[in-house]
Amino acid sequence: MEASSAATSSVQRTAQAAERHVIPVTNPLAVFWATAIGKKVVMAITGVIMIGFVILHMLGNLKIFAGPDQINAYSRFLRTVGEPELGYGDALWIVRIVLLTAVTLHIIAAVQLSRMSWAARPTQYYDHRNVETTFAARTMRWGGLLLAIFIVFHILHFTLGAVGFAPGQYEDLHVYQNVVAGFSVWPVAVFYIIAMAALCLHLDHGIWSFIQTLGWSTARNEAKLKVISRIIAIVIFAGFISVPLAVMTGLVH
Amino acid sequence: MNLFLKIWRQSRKDAPGEFKEYQVRDITPDMSFLEMLDALNEDLNARGEPPVAFEHDCREGICGSCGFLINGVAHGGQRGTTVCQLSMRFFKDGDRLTLEPWRASAFPIIRDLVVDRSAFDRILQAGGFISAPTGSAPDANAILVPKEAADTAFDAAACIGCGACVAACPNAAAMLFTSAKLTHLNKLPQGQPQRDQRTLNMAAAMSREGFGSCTNHGECEAVCPKEIPIEFIGNMNRDLIRAAWKRRREPLTLSESPKDER
Ligand code: HEM
Ligand code: FES
Repeated sequence: MEASSAATSSVQRTAQAAERHVIPVTNPLAVFWATAIGKKVVMAITGVIMIGFVILHMLGNLKIFAGPDQINAYSRFLRTVGEPELGYGDALWIVRIVLLTAVTLHIIAAVQLSRMSWAARPTQYYDHRNVETTFAARTMRWGGLLLAIFIVFHILHFTLGAVGFAPGQYEDLHVYQNVVAGFSVWPVAVFYIIAMAALCLHLDHGIWSFIQTLGWSTARNEAKLKVISRIIAIVIFAGFISVPLAVMTGLVH
Repeated sequence: MNLFLKIWRQSRKDAPGEFKEYQVRDITPDMSFLEMLDALNEDLNARGEPPVAFEHDCREGICGSCGFLINGVAHGGQRGTTVCQLSMRFFKDGDRLTLEPWRASAFPIIRDLVVDRSAFDRILQAGGFISAPTGSAPDANAILVPKEAADTAFDAAACIGCGACVAACPNAAAMLFTSAKLTHLNKLPQGQPQRDQRTLNMAAAMSREGFGSCTNHGECEAVCPKEIPIEFIGNMNRDLIRAAWKRRREPLTLSESPKDER
């Protein structure tokens, strides 16, 4: 009798403990956001969205070499695509909202995970030698910060014409003329090139990194995937900087 | 061989520590690194100074007790080797070696080169087991294990929990350790019933213990004495995605504040 009541109370106690400590998880998104791994996966997926955008953006920019009519028509196309189902500029706004969400989530996760990692090693090593990591991997955070600053500047510059132009110089939908005028200011062109170098580094690690995060990189294919990642990063870099370089050298005027 | 050692000395957990310099003489190349430290400690004992505390048990690379940084590299830099298995012929006469303990907020220093790795135990307690009732011992081969699953689980089970992955990680993350433990059980048919709950519990425990977050540097696999590949971290991430998204009639559970349970 004694024993059985003791047993019951211990069962009750465990049940209470379980009630206090164990919570059912009903929202998969909450599980995701509650773990470091989940946030890391968010970074990977938002990264992939941004890579897709960056590649298309780079290809679109190359139209400048086809002449003013081509690229200006392309700019108009981006606004009229989807008509008549979508209104003028709607498709562009959908893309903008997706990208804004992606970049916001990417940055929030980056900041939270970075702080978590800094807190995890409050005392630095007196002597620490890296064996496998790369410069690109080690500059993801500060390079990412530079990219964030670049994105703000870039939107103020070529999207809104609010900075970097003489009054009245920027004209909506005159992409060719705006780009030539914008990059004729050499510090601006140099800043773009530096930012694209930062992007190249970010993607050199980032492309392989998302593949690894999402579990497609294996001990067997890792080396190959890293080479492919680097090639894509360099192609994106070359494609982007060709435009400011062409303006600076007078090839496009 | 004669060597110059610079060793982190710290008397207890919250005491301030500092590096002290020592010289060891007449070390033979066939001594292990820990035997070299034994020789140093005999000298220190003879002089009445406190010996250098370092952890060890098996001294044959299988228990995971030993480990510290030698010149900035966990376990000293010979691939796939624990510091107890590292022989002195890896070094040269006159070398200057800096010995530093693992540094991570989840691994508080107990003394000198010894750190408290019970955070790893708590990650294991969160899910590194199979408790589904399995009846009495089954007939041999009653549960078929695919060859690839057996091999992968075996590779993952090689993890000895030494903590070098955390020590070497620029983020002090415990992803390699946790992923090895998860891959070990999640790949086997016997591990399937608790797969999602296990993954969730261990992933949450990792964050709770104050480890950092992986940024895929690969430093962990480079120093892992058992050469666990970061591929397993990818496995773990996918298992967490699966745990989060799989439709089920009864929800998974998460411990609210298991720190109190310690
Ligand atoms: C806007 C500011 C940005 C910040 C602050 C930022 C920051 C970061 C940080 C801290 C990481 C994690 C480091 C690591 O895993 O090694 C990361 C990863 C990544 N970033 Fe960014 N980033 C930014 C923009 C971008 C852009 C524009 C792209 C794509 C074009 C991008 C693509 C990626 C990819 C693919 C990853 C890898 C994700 C993974 O490892 O799973 N990021 N970023
Ligand atoms: S003492 Fe057991 S692994 Fe080194």
